[in-house]
Amino acid sequence: MTTRDVVFLLIGLITAASAILSVTTRQVVHAALWLVVCLGTLAGCYVVLGAELVALVQVLIYVGAVVVLVLFALMLTRAPIGRQPDLATPLVQRIAAAVLGVATTGLFLAMLVPLVGQDSVTPVSGDTHTVATATFGTWVWPFELLSLLLLAALIGAFAVARVAGAISPRPAPADRGAST
Amino acid sequence: MSALEVVVRALVTLVGFLVLPLIVGQTEHKVMAHMQGRLGPMYAGGFHGWAQLVADGVKFVQKEDVTPAAADRWVFRLAPAVALIPYLVAICVIPLGPHVVGAQVDAGALFVVAVAGVGILGTLMAGWASANKYSLLGAMRSAAQLLSYELPIVLSVASVALAAGTLSLGGIVGQWSPWWLLWQLPGAVCFLTAALAELQRPPFDMPVADSEIVFGAYTEYTGLRFAFFLLAEYAGIVVMSLFFTVLFLGGWRGPFADQLGVVWTLLKGLLVAVVIIWFRVAWPRMREDQLQRLAWVWLVPIALFQVALTGVGVVVRR
Repeated sequence: MTTRDVVFLLIGLITAASAILSVTTRQVVHAALWLVVCLGTLAGCYVVLGAELVALVQVLIYVGAVVVLVLFALMLTRAPIGRQPDLATPLVQRIAAAVLGVATTGLFLAMLVPLVGQDSVTPVSGDTHTVATATFGTWVWPFELLSLLLLAALIGAFAVARVAGAISPRPAPADRGAST
Repeated sequence: MSALEVVVRALVTLVGFLVLPLIVGQTEHKVMAHMQGRLGPMYAGGFHGWAQLVADGVKFVQKEDVTPAAADRWVFRLAPAVALIPYLVAICVIPLGPHVVGAQVDAGALFVVAVAGVGILGTLMAGWASANKYSLLGAMRSAAQLLSYELPIVLSVASVALAAGTLSLGGIVGQWSPWWLLWQLPGAVCFLTAALAELQRPPFDMPVADSEIVFGAYTEYTGLRFAFFLLAEYAGIVVMSLFFTVLFLGGWRGPFADQLGVVWTLLKGLLVAVVIIWFRVAWPRMREDQLQRLAWVWLVPIALFQVALTGVGVVVRR
């Protein structure tokens, strides 16, 4: 095992552990914070594999923006400190989720392990130039299609927000005070 | 790179990270005082109160470290570190000269933007874990502000990277020419404004507005942990000033750049820091709706316009 393998293994273990913690914890804000650890260490995995740009984008988008948005949304709800027993899901649901998770992992393993086999693979360079050439050369049409999809989603979100605002008037301050 | 070199670089970066915020802090004391027609600290250390911040630091160390009984202990205690460390990581990759840099990173500009955006998590953690409604309100204001102002920053950095044709900070300075001062001016204004908002400096200090919500997310903090949040603010000023210098002001470019390169970067950075301090004295605090309006109605369109302008410029020049 090379140093790279050891580092990758360590970071991967932290990623997996924090991912499990984020779905099993009974404290909703802790779940979001474990998600930060998970996404951050995943960026670390990308760095070890040589995909520097993807790692940075991962930190910028997921840790810097998505999780902040999640935390912001959580703060708008009650999100009390301490364990919340009412967050518990029925046993059937938990078993179903576990089965689904294991099945997906198995599917990926069955697909990827024969593909790589025993060969050792050297990470190809994932620096800005390589990624940019691939994105705007070979994959430019899928890229443009994705941007179109995102644009449509954005406009859709605007439309939904506007229509909802026009139909239901804002609750009076007294109502909000009573609900908290 | 040998192990010794790594250690030396890390140590020098750490010392710079600890000293530069103190210099900016002392400059703030003095510049604000003189703008307001007073003296500022004059006794600590003798000459014009230069040791005031050191004395403040000693005072913070001596104070009791209180964790509120209702607080979420671990999150509450970790928050100052989460707020401070991203700026330390960011400062590692900002070059002061062609070879004077903590670590050479290929996509340095993206690195600084990505890492500096993580610091906000510290404020959110502090606000939620304090079990105090003022803290929670402050953290929510921070989050709303950060989400709005991250976009103009990313867009204006993208514009500079587009103009230089590289994401490497050294490469950007290498491509820089004085014309950029005009060409990239809208982007530069956007960046500086959004950086002020990201640092929660006045006039964008709604999250810590003392007359409304005590001290926002930092209300419950005492002693050294509180000092870490203050240090994070000043370290943030240092990071953003140097980043602005490297992106928009040509970093170490100037007369006798071969010998004086580092001095030029630091001088320009200090100038930007003084401008940031100046904003605090010159403008009143903005209201939350004005703040959001400025970001979405002005800064984002201007930054988008700048990206388009840069694109046209790059294609025409080719």
